[in-house]
Amino acid sequence: MEAYLNLFVKSIFIENMIFAYFLGMCSYLAVSKTVKTAVGLGLAVIFVLAITVPINFLLDTYLLRPGALSWLGSQYATLDLSFLSFIMFIAVIASMVQLVEMVVEKFAPALYGALGIFLPLIAVNCAILGGSLFMQQKDFAGVTESAFYGLGSGIGWLLAILAIAAIREKITYSNVPAPLRGLGITFIITGLMALGFMSFMGIKL
Amino acid sequence: MEDKASHTKKETTILFVNKEKEPLFSKKNRKLLSDPMDDNNPITVQVLGICSALAITVQLKPAIVMSVSVMAVMAASNVIISLLRNLIPNRIRIIVQLVVVAAMVILVDQVLRAYAYDVSKELSIFIGLIITNCIVMGRLEAFALGHGVWKSFLDGIGNAAGYGVILIIVAFFRELLGSGKLLGYQVIPDSVYAMGYENNGLMLLSPMALITVGILIWIQRSRNRSLIEKN
Repeated sequence: MEAYLNLFVKSIFIENMIFAYFLGMCSYLAVSKTVKTAVGLGLAVIFVLAITVPINFLLDTYLLRPGALSWLGSQYATLDLSFLSFIMFIAVIASMVQLVEMVVEKFAPALYGALGIFLPLIAVNCAILGGSLFMQQKDFAGVTESAFYGLGSGIGWLLAILAIAAIREKITYSNVPAPLRGLGITFIITGLMALGFMSFMGIKL
Repeated sequence: MEDKASHTKKETTILFVNKEKEPLFSKKNRKLLSDPMDDNNPITVQVLGICSALAITVQLKPAIVMSVSVMAVMAASNVIISLLRNLIPNRIRIIVQLVVVAAMVILVDQVLRAYAYDVSKELSIFIGLIITNCIVMGRLEAFALGHGVWKSFLDGIGNAAGYGVILIIVAFFRELLGSGKLLGYQVIPDSVYAMGYENNGLMLLSPMALITVGILIWIQRSRNRSLIEKN
């Protein structure tokens, strides 16, 4: 249990998708104008990450990695399909995103309107494919571990976009130099926040 | 059904006629190449493809390899999607686009592994992340689905070049100030170090990439005031 907790905390803070790896930046910068839409997108990202990472873990273990096909019989034990992982992962992600889109459209039409184009764009949110690819490099022991990793990464992403959205709502009242307004200042604030998050790097879990 | 087919046929003939009249590098086509460099830069104006721009700019060499890979993927997938644009049903277009892009990326990844293994190791998952690089998807959605093959090709090259320019500028400053080298060769002479100059270790940390891009945006918008946002 303690190992799961460590992994969870590690994926939220120490290996934060945005502040440590800069994944999912495009929607992070584009949807962070108000807290409300930011939370909606963050929840959708958590959901998609928490589901796709374990599914892709199973795909990787039983289909893609070198020797993964040995359950089919000994003649398949030497096959290495890992070059297919991009296409397999992205197909799983695209279908999950389609599902989330349908659910949100049915049960939260207001949120659906607010997220607009960025809902289908979760499919190309690098944080999600990044989560699966990091999972592949990390050699997790089982599905539960990878599920915790996906969930933690999603929560880390939500926290990051929530923080920047709150700051951007406040900053409209400040006198920012005109050429820096909007995108420029958001980049610099994110840089400073990332510097802050680097202090977590010293923690060993 | 027949009606629709004849309609698209008519459209293609019109397109074809237009294309014949237009020279290969007309003013409009040249604009497709030059616009993404400044006025419509994918990174600083359209906010596309930020993730990879930040993560691989510690050194100049991976930045250059990344720009070239993105250019190859974008040009090829723009051409393919533009060829298929009248055949793809609207509802499944995202999946079709992703599959085309993923196939191109797998090609680039395998080529890099074969001919530049060190760089491919260094770029690790970021080559794979070209698939989800929003520049590629964004341009497919915004341009290739509605324009002819040659124009889409130019648009792909132009946007990849605009992306590459920013990547290379950021990497140039980060490598120069952070480790005193360019492309792995030392450019700041030892005598300067002897006088007490120190490398700025902060430039090697990833947050500085964000701040460097922020400053680039500042400089660009001070020169080109039409890009300033209201808020």
